[in-house]
Amino acid sequence: MTAILETKNLSINFGGVVGAEDVSVTVNHGEVIGVIGANGAGKTTFVNMVTGYLKPTSGTIHYMGKEVTHLAPREITDLGIRRSFQIPQLFDEMTAFENMLTAQSVAPKVPRSSWIPLLRPSTTEIALERLTHFGIADNADLQVSNLPQGVRKILDIAMATVGRPQLVMLDEPTSGVSAEEKFEVMDILMEAFAQQDVTVMFVEHDMELVERYANRVMAFYNGQVIADAETRQTLSDPQVRKFVVGKELHRDEARQGDN
Amino acid sequence: MKLKKDHTLRTLTIGLVVVLVFGFVAADWLRFMVQMTMATFLVVLGVMLQMRAGLVSFGQGLFYCLGAYVAGMAGYFWGVTDVFILLVAGTAASVLLAVVLGFLLVRYREIFYANFTLAVSMILYGLLVKAEVLGSTDGFNVPPSTFLGFAPKGDTLNMLIFILTCLVVYVVAAVMNRYLNSTYGYLGDAIRQNEIRVEYLGASVRRVLHKIYVIAAAISGVGGVLTAVAVGHVDPDLAFWTTSGEFVFVALLSGMANVMAPLVGAFLLELLRTYAFEYAPYTWQMILGVTMLMTILFLPGGLWSILSKKQTEKIDDSDPGN
Repeated sequence: MTAILETKNLSINFGGVVGAEDVSVTVNHGEVIGVIGANGAGKTTFVNMVTGYLKPTSGTIHYMGKEVTHLAPREITDLGIRRSFQIPQLFDEMTAFENMLTAQSVAPKVPRSSWIPLLRPSTTEIALERLTHFGIADNADLQVSNLPQGVRKILDIAMATVGRPQLVMLDEPTSGVSAEEKFEVMDILMEAFAQQDVTVMFVEHDMELVERYANRVMAFYNGQVIADAETRQTLSDPQVRKFVVGKELHRDEARQGDN
Repeated sequence: MKLKKDHTLRTLTIGLVVVLVFGFVAADWLRFMVQMTMATFLVVLGVMLQMRAGLVSFGQGLFYCLGAYVAGMAGYFWGVTDVFILLVAGTAASVLLAVVLGFLLVRYREIFYANFTLAVSMILYGLLVKAEVLGSTDGFNVPPSTFLGFAPKGDTLNMLIFILTCLVVYVVAAVMNRYLNSTYGYLGDAIRQNEIRVEYLGASVRRVLHKIYVIAAAISGVGGVLTAVAVGHVDPDLAFWTTSGEFVFVALLSGMANVMAPLVGAFLLELLRTYAFEYAPYTWQMILGVTMLMTILFLPGGLWSILSKKQTEKIDDSDPGN
């Protein structure tokens, strides 16, 4: 498998607080990686460093062989790493359609114009196609502030994946989404990513989702990666069960206990 | 999927014809008022552009004054009176200054941006007040304009400047309408709503804001030149903070949804001012304050929001799905 992202000894401190410490991971093309950990374990900090929102105190990040450690978010976006946010980052006064239209108009390698109208048949068609692809075309006309949380989440991710990204980092893609909707949301997303041949890393607290969709899991604790292996192996790791999953919450054990 | 049709260009063209005809039949004072409204409109449009991107400039008078002074100085000191050269020179000077200042300004937001723009315009005001060669606080008179070698006098000159103002404002408004509907136009809106998202979509927020600042400066400079040649006099008050404050006032009163909004706002303000001075002297500031209060309380989207609301209702009514 080809490595597309490689971090070496990535560390960051916020004053006296350690946000991440010696995080060294390799992400291979085509993987779907679940990133787990308790609140404050360093998951989002890791995503923020890779996507340029935070600059690491030490360590390096290489993407496709190129060092990206100190690049700005938009430069990293241009290279093909995209992200979504725990709280969807949308243009609230625009409709879902206009959000998508704006996203695709600034995608890498798309010429930006001060003269050609953005709203024209070709762009309109593509934006609607994308909304359809992610299953939210019915909401195209609705102002974003009026959309249900599940649709906001999907739109946020759909906008992040405009312009053929190689790696998508999703920060809690189903947070705020109802229990009934979460699998539906993840099914839509994973199907769309599979079609685009995108490598996915998703931060998640819900172990059911992690088990179902990830083929590899990284577990964070106190800013460090305490386990990084195939899904079942990580989830059954004693340290992960102690510090992340929580023994009593593990479904298999709970079932065994019932019997 | 409902797509709104943009009738702005058609409305602008009809408006141009109406105003031109009006110019031939209206009394001189009324024609001059409309002319000044149009020149002011360009500066307000510059303020509006920045407001659409979430930035409030309390120093747009800087470029208004610069354009006017460049036009005045070109005639007064170097004998250049051709109005087309003056327009180019005033615009170029504004663009040049905006490009340089923009590198600093785009780092700031909110009150810091407002104060920065205010400070720079007040520096120009201070310099002009101290410059005796430029008439200090009194300013100086601008020589009559010429048109490609033709030097009209009296009413013909006034009428030609009026026609020129109408045409320039029409072209600028049409171009700006096109701009607002382009990728960069949408990006300005997007930045106001969510700057982080714009960066993560791959666009440079600072670059977009810099561009907006330069465009706003250019059209404000044009407004300054048109004012200078119409009034025939320039003075440092053009850069004073109350002048800039008035532009912000009109932008708030008008709304930001369409390029024509500031035109309506600027015209209403001039009308209000004219009648206030005639029928209720010494109450102008109070009227201004009350109008501002009413706008903020009852029309946060400005006067244009009344029109756009009606337009939306019309679309909804005609939708066969309803």
